Amino acid sequence: MIPQSIETNRIVRPSFDVARLRLDFPILSEIVNGWPLAYLDNAASSQRPAAVLDAIDRYYRESHANVHRGVHTLSQRATASYEGARDKVRRFINARSTREIIFVRGTTEGINLVAQSYGRSNFKRGDEVVLTWLEHHANIVPWQLLAGELGIVLRVAPIDERGVVDYAAYESLLGPRTKLVAFAHVSNALGTVLPVKRMVAAARARGIPSLVDGAQAVPHLKVDVQALDCDFYAFSGHKMLGPTGIGVLYGREAMLDAMPPWQGGGDMILTVSFHGTTYNTLPYKFEAGTPSIADAIGLGAAIDYINALDWEALCAYEHDLLAYATRRVAAVAGVKLIGTADEKVSVLSFVMDGVHPHDLGTILDAEGIAVRTGHHCAMPVMEYFKLPATTRASFAFYNTRAEVDRLVAALTRARAQFA
Amino acid sequence: MDLKDLYRDVIVDHNRRPRNFGPLATANRSAEGHNPLCGDRLKLYVDVEGDKLADLRFEGSGCAISVASASLMTEALKGRALTDVRDYYAEVHKLLTQHGFVPNRDLGKLAALSGVREFPMRVKCASLCWHTLIAALDSVEEPVKTE
Repeated sequence: MIPQSIETNRIVRPSFDVARLRLDFPILSEIVNGWPLAYLDNAASSQRPAAVLDAIDRYYRESHANVHRGVHTLSQRATASYEGARDKVRRFINARSTREIIFVRGTTEGINLVAQSYGRSNFKRGDEVVLTWLEHHANIVPWQLLAGELGIVLRVAPIDERGVVDYAAYESLLGPRTKLVAFAHVSNALGTVLPVKRMVAAARARGIPSLVDGAQAVPHLKVDVQALDCDFYAFSGHKMLGPTGIGVLYGREAMLDAMPPWQGGGDMILTVSFHGTTYNTLPYKFEAGTPSIADAIGLGAAIDYINALDWEALCAYEHDLLAYATRRVAAVAGVKLIGTADEKVSVLSFVMDGVHPHDLGTILDAEGIAVRTGHHCAMPVMEYFKLPATTRASFAFYNTRAEVDRLVAALTRARAQFA
Repeated sequence: MDLKDLYRDVIVDHNRRPRNFGPLATANRSAEGHNPLCGDRLKLYVDVEGDKLADLRFEGSGCAISVASASLMTEALKGRALTDVRDYYAEVHKLLTQHGFVPNRDLGKLAALSGVREFPMRVKCASLCWHTLIAALDSVEEPVKTE
């Protein structure tokens, strides 16, 4: 009988041709410090396929004008492409309507929009916002800013030594004063997948709205906002093969409708006079000023690219790669993995006894291996594990076992040289 | 880019066995330095006697560059006149940031830090202890940040 793992490999590998897919990403053939680039910093930002670069280039060469403004041909082209991208996003996360898709600069801006618009108009002194200990600073600081101004209280669900949120503790924090729950779908520092559906349902059962920070989830998990049943879902283009400077805030239409604008300017208005101004309909009410048109179109191209992949094979491949990397890196002398949840995607965070993460980062870079070192904008996670920093390798579907082998060899040498 | 230029033997040695590490009983001033980007933290204790830096020690955690820089600094500056200490600070600052800088004095083992300037992301690691020293001498209460 063939062992399960080998059987899996036989099924997965032929339908997911990584060598061919890598050719779609021009930057992956870069030589860095004399070595072929091994890009293992995808949780910070992914790379983009030529299809995305071409879409942006083509837009600027053939179709650029401002959107929603002119009657001339280019303005119509630009508007059609921009709104076409919005509909691609809608289908990508299965939102009901494009009115629920707000283009923002990224996840951070999406969360700030909710804090400044929804939070400011709904929160009162003593109200509580429930977060988890795994949050990225982008899902902590916007609420702290409000806490300072409005006197709201942040309640934080603890994690355990595997990097898993204590679900019972989370549920016990939900009470009559809770006005919002906000948590990551996937932890950026550790890769833990949170049980978001269950967490959202627990909040909804108590009439509490929810915001999910999906920055690390959209590149690795199929996201269906209707199935999740969350009220807000924020993510960034640049972590899912798209451009920087563009992201998405999904908001349940009834919620967005009731929220005041957060930035004023062109495009978000219907009429303006010095007697008063009426605001535009959704989603434009939240898109003041000329948007990042080319980047939205680039994000649309990234979604097209992702949709053309065999998603099931991709997930199986990523799962296999992370399992392989986990096994190999854990076996390096002096290495301790940080974040060992059963449910993880993409991220391998670790420390090495006797070698500081920043030295490791430089040593790996000298061999063309890009990893992130530091606190990963999640200082509370570092505080919990009593660490100043970790080294984080984070994978995308275009990474390979050969790159993991290079990482392991370099780590082994670093340990021998420094510790 | 050659790693050997950054991690010279003297730096690897001072990271493995930092000199003057730990608290200083006779300290009359101290300062804390913090590099939020890296998480490097160090505390510097100094014993100023008149116009002389009679003694100094440090503790904390950080990368090899920050630990070695602090260790080398304490070794180089112990017993020196305060004016001399500030002159060292200025010289090392230029050493870390200016390509082709030739020190105006013999910096001894501190010259090993010159490799850091080829690695711009690491300059802050090497300079943290020096900024912290000046803060201690000036008795700045707040932790020094290099971010």
